[in-house]
Amino acid sequence: MQPSDMSAVDLVNAVRQGDLTALRATEAFLERIERLDGQINAFLAVDREGALRTAAAIDDKRKSGKPLGPLAGLPVAVKDALCTSDLPTTCASKMLAGFRPPYDAEVVARLRAADAVIVGKTNMDEFAMGGSNENSAFGPVHKPWALTRAPGGSSGGSAACVAADMAPVAIGSDTGGSIRQPAGLCGITGLKPTYGRVSRRGLVAFASSLDQIGPMARSAADCALLLETIAGHDPGDATSLDLPVPAYGTDLERPLEGVRIGRVPAHFGAGLDPEVAHAVEEAFAAFRAAGATVIDIDMPHADAGVATYYLVAPCEASSNLARYDGAHYGHRAEPGKGHRAEPGRLQPAQPVSGHRAEPGSGQGNASGGFESALVEMYCRSRAEGFGPEVKRRIMLGTYALSAGYYDAYYAKALKVRRLIRQDYLDAFEKVDLIGGPVSATAAFKLGEKSGDPLAMYLVDLYTVCTNLAGVGGISFPCGFTKGGLPIGFQLQAPALAEPLLLRATDRYQHLTDWHRRRPAIAARPR
Amino acid sequence: MSLSRNDVAKVGLLARLALSDADLDTMTRELSSIVGFVGQLEKIDTADVAPLAHPLDTQNVFRADVPKPSLTTAEALQSAPRHDGECFLVPAVLGDTGAA
Repeated sequence: MQPSDMSAVDLVNAVRQGDLTALRATEAFLERIERLDGQINAFLAVDREGALRTAAAIDDKRKSGKPLGPLAGLPVAVKDALCTSDLPTTCASKMLAGFRPPYDAEVVARLRAADAVIVGKTNMDEFAMGGSNENSAFGPVHKPWALTRAPGGSSGGSAACVAADMAPVAIGSDTGGSIRQPAGLCGITGLKPTYGRVSRRGLVAFASSLDQIGPMARSAADCALLLETIAGHDPGDATSLDLPVPAYGTDLERPLEGVRIGRVPAHFGAGLDPEVAHAVEEAFAAFRAAGATVIDIDMPHADAGVATYYLVAPCEASSNLARYDGAHYGHRAEPGKGHRAEPGRLQPAQPVSGHRAEPGSGQGNASGGFESALVEMYCRSRAEGFGPEVKRRIMLGTYALSAGYYDAYYAKALKVRRLIRQDYLDAFEKVDLIGGPVSATAAFKLGEKSGDPLAMYLVDLYTVCTNLAGVGGISFPCGFTKGGLPIGFQLQAPALAEPLLLRATDRYQHLTDWHRRRPAIAARPR
Repeated sequence: MSLSRNDVAKVGLLARLALSDADLDTMTRELSSIVGFVGQLEKIDTADVAPLAHPLDTQNVFRADVPKPSLTTAEALQSAPRHDGECFLVPAVLGDTGAA
């Protein structure tokens, strides 16, 4: 069997037993990246030399009888939102083009310590803001199943590289669905762990109360393998949970008798594509056949999820992204070039209603209207470095946090956030898991929604509440459209119930073979 | 809820984003539409609900107050657009001369 056809679990076992070298495994995936990624654009950086060097070192380690790490020889692709000291970390932004972090993210350090082989950094929506990967400053990712379509986002590169067998597993991050939605659209399995389960240190911050790193792979068993390495307490992330990490791979085969899965009838309203609805209902039937009970439940505030999310996340983002100031790292505008920008045209004599005037704002001077050369450098560096969606969210967050609007928008959203979390707490009194669609349609074309930011936000309907509540969720393929595009199913669970999410998905994947289907582009050349 | 062009220009300055005339037009239209959408939360009764800023109950996580190694000056400066080996260099903070 070719290494690129093997599960991550089998691949790691084969390397440990000496049936496969890490070098051979790594070469096999690098060869596929070379052959396929010109059409898919899943990678922003491929570290051929580094990966081969690491793999050879792992093989030497084995030969000399030293103990191997739990992921020995496993090629891993890492979303470009995680810091890597030996590879550029750009977050798919011109702001960070060529940026080389001075340290590794905790998850990257754990992967290296486990003897995984990092093959490259994957494309994404800029700063993880988007659901289509079209917001990358370095071009969109093309969905391996249909190259004219969006792979989903923001971890679209991670999803696409696993779907096309360019890596057996990948690391993604999920702030409002950015692992689960592209996993669903690309026909792979993606887990967003409980908030705090995986360290965020070295994950470029988007919305810090929502961001969580997780595994993306071809199966629940492979996700379990990866999660076991990346989960766990990190004193470098004050929000990481100081709790033991279960052996996620050991309890997958226990039958689902007695497991109660909630079904939310409101998920099946207008807007859900009938083919998706059908596949999702079939998946519920499969879970019943596997011994689980399906119970209809109500999530009364689910409708408010997208509006709540699009206040909380942009507010946190506007604060987090203030660090890109052209001074410490990242893009800096050249002095004296470019247009004289608009803020200078503000008349200080015309205060904006509801806003507290900022001292010195809008003062005309020789810097084209900025109060100082420093402020001009900030404003122009940020204008040049950030793409349109990132600017939109910074503006929205800044507005919602500004004097006069804070209570109406940000504080209001935090109250609704509590109601949404309460819905989960109430639901998990009655059920062990909540099932449903991961996105309303199986695929949209590249460009189809990019002109309408609000339409793009509504794509996140089924995924954002998980993050607002801080619980875990997993998505995996549950069927295909007539046009041959994968349809995703989502399970959500109470905090720290990753073992049940993985077990339920694994049981489903033993009854079905949707997760084994590969796009035509992934077929081996004759 | 619609925002005026002037509101958007003001927010742009608060956010330290230079906006061209064309940016202001687009941003005013798009932000008005998004703010109108998120404004639907107004209809939800939250009279006795406390805000939830964070999903965890964890509070005030401290580490021992002992010095630890951190980035060296050279590491901290390695990606700086301008520096002199010891400090980040920026344009004049006051006034408009002496851009670095």
